[in-house]
Amino acid sequence: MITRREFVVLACATASCAAPGALHATPAAVDEAIRAITGGTPARRGRVKLDAPALIENGNSVVLGVSVESPMTQADHVKAIHVFAPMNPLPNMVSVYLGPRSGRAQFSTRVRVADTQTLVALAQMSDGSFWSDQVSVVVTIAACLEELK
Amino acid sequence: MARAIIQVPARAKRGDILELRALIGHVMETGFRRTESGALVPRDIIRQLVCTYNGIEVFRADFHPAIAANPLISFTTVATESGKMEFRWTGDNDFSATESAPITVE
Repeated sequence: MITRREFVVLACATASCAAPGALHATPAAVDEAIRAITGGTPARRGRVKLDAPALIENGNSVVLGVSVESPMTQADHVKAIHVFAPMNPLPNMVSVYLGPRSGRAQFSTRVRVADTQTLVALAQMSDGSFWSDQVSVVVTIAACLEELK
Repeated sequence: MARAIIQVPARAKRGDILELRALIGHVMETGFRRTESGALVPRDIIRQLVCTYNGIEVFRADFHPAIAANPLISFTTVATESGKMEFRWTGDNDFSATESAPITVE
């Protein structure tokens, strides 16, 4: 005979096992995704500013913005900005491609954040250098993996 | 046809940096969610947004399942000449939508 308490504990345990808890990328996957873009060139910290709220109540829609210090001229501009999430099911979140006609190296969008983690932004400059920024976020309601009703 | 809303200034001075915003109605189904019966819901997302200014690409974004439903993105471009700003979204299941707005540059 199973008591109610045991049942609840068991149900919770089963649910957490059944939920694809292991279904997320890893910091290694992010490193790999970054390496695929940089080709091994080390990304320096700085010049990039990744804006995301430190405390996320609902991970399903999070305002995320990236800006990069750059004159955005033909000779010196940001070619692309990539954002990565190590604990989301996939490491890549969004990539944007810019040029001298962008005027400013910035964009903002709304993303899903699956878990408490450190988001990474990577900027690819026209001179071949890479710059990055990181922001740690805490998530109370995760996105991506909830069940459909 | 999905409902798309774009924000482009109607008039601008040459050399101004314009802020553009593009919003489109789309579920952005991640492909990681399951129904109650355990079946995986197939992925259905917008993969790309391309913004062209008089036919020349000025901005492109690659979306992944991490983009929230009803993707909104804002970015900037320099006002160079009068003409047409066109936004084109493409995605899974042959999804395609375009929206354009005229712009007058003085």
